Amino acid sequence: MSLRSTVAIVGAGEADIAPGHGLSPLGLAAQASRRAVADAGLSKHDIDAVFVASAYHAFPSLSVAEYLGLTPRYLDSSNAGGSSFVSHLAHAAAAIEAGLCDTALVCYGSTQRSDGGRLVSMSEKLVFEEPYGLIHPAGSMAMIAHRHMAEYGTTSEHLAMVAVSAREWAVRNPRSRFDDPLTVEDVLTSTMIATPLHKLDCCLVTDGGAAVVLTSAERARDLPRTPVYVRGVGEEANHRNILAMPDLTTTRAAVSARRALEMAGVGLADIDTAHVYDAFTISLLVLLEDLGFCGKGEGGPFVGDGNIAPGGTVALNPSGGGLSYLHPGMLGLYLVLEAVEQLRGDAGARQIAGARTSLVHGMGMTLAAHATAVLSTER
Amino acid sequence: MSAPTPKATPRPRGEEQRWFDAAADGRLVYWRCDACGHIPSYPRAQCPECWSTDLRELESAGQGEIYSFTVQYRPGATGFADEVPYAVALVTMTEGYRVLAGVATDQPERIRVGDAVTVVFDGVAGDVDTLPRFRLAEESP
Repeated sequence: MSLRSTVAIVGAGEADIAPGHGLSPLGLAAQASRRAVADAGLSKHDIDAVFVASAYHAFPSLSVAEYLGLTPRYLDSSNAGGSSFVSHLAHAAAAIEAGLCDTALVCYGSTQRSDGGRLVSMSEKLVFEEPYGLIHPAGSMAMIAHRHMAEYGTTSEHLAMVAVSAREWAVRNPRSRFDDPLTVEDVLTSTMIATPLHKLDCCLVTDGGAAVVLTSAERARDLPRTPVYVRGVGEEANHRNILAMPDLTTTRAAVSARRALEMAGVGLADIDTAHVYDAFTISLLVLLEDLGFCGKGEGGPFVGDGNIAPGGTVALNPSGGGLSYLHPGMLGLYLVLEAVEQLRGDAGARQIAGARTSLVHGMGMTLAAHATAVLSTER
Repeated sequence: MSAPTPKATPRPRGEEQRWFDAAADGRLVYWRCDACGHIPSYPRAQCPECWSTDLRELESAGQGEIYSFTVQYRPGATGFADEVPYAVALVTMTEGYRVLAGVATDQPERIRVGDAVTVVFDGVAGDVDTLPRFRLAEESP
């Protein structure tokens, strides 16, 4: 049995996060959820499953269900970091296909920026790492970057090109706060955080609220929006702490992506848009290699040649991504929203003409957890 | 000069405690699996490779090389604000396992991947129990 296209995303919603929005993390998640359910042409009474991860709540599916006045018969608070929401698509597909629920809400809310711009996290530290003052996650990502540089000759200029490319997309996004492009020099002269990563090598810190609604492909046919089928899914993880990451420059993204693509029955050549978690310039570069957009170790020259900028060979993170649009602690659900927007043809100046199939790749913690989904308007 | 802000103190439990006890004696210890030879990256009650519980405590010679590192210009936790910039490294020990620790140097920007290092027990900053750090071999007395 395959889960291929057994369920579809039928509703999507995003919260308003303009300064002064006056909402809590749950308030933002609820606003996005209300919009997603309305977008699906459904009501709250149709929702019988809640999937959510959070940096604020130890039991987030209970917190969300209570806040929204739901009595779900299926709850999933699984949390593997920012990739969680891509995992939730897989878990929801399995639960719906198994008959454990009919219509699933996946949601997220965060006030990371309102909280003072510091990463709010319930993430505990390994006792063997804790005494040394490593910044989570920037310090760990910086060590990944230095290792990649030593093994493959990747440079700070290469990494800067990742941020420059993201900004070129962001200036086409009216919801982004940026109107002007970045230069490599801008990135290299921004504040050093943890060598070799500068401030502009790191994602933004923003608030956020996002939600999607999934139901069976059969029910999706009767709903107003074009169904976005969950055509393939795959997960894999191999560590939790940077001390136990087997190889700092190779991740399990290759495995999760292969699973998702095989289930979907497509190859990378069939992918019209890619939505890959960009917490840091280096983490995106490593993922591009492991997902197969370029060879291992070739990520630097690949991004240096403009392959991920508008007009490049990969239509990557056309909203501007975590580096230049938003990053509310965990980005995963926004990657899904962005793919849905493209597949519905709603992306305005960033629209990739004729986009029918998208690859979404979520990464959790320091390249530890991986979840890939192939979304498509074609079953 | 005002007293430095206390650092977050790790609270080891169970099998984690032995590593801290050894460090307090100035010894860097590790555990090798008697069944399969694997050395976990940090002490565990069972081998993550084969799940054997026959793990032997051994003392490291304290020599290794920088697998990777970063020099942080922002503090990563409470109590580190006065120390920036400071270096944290992943070190591959000659015994074939990896340790994460600070690097004691006045010139953190000199650190390179592949540099030889030696373990030292000089206290992390004096306000927690003695813990291992590394010193660049070329800077060792």
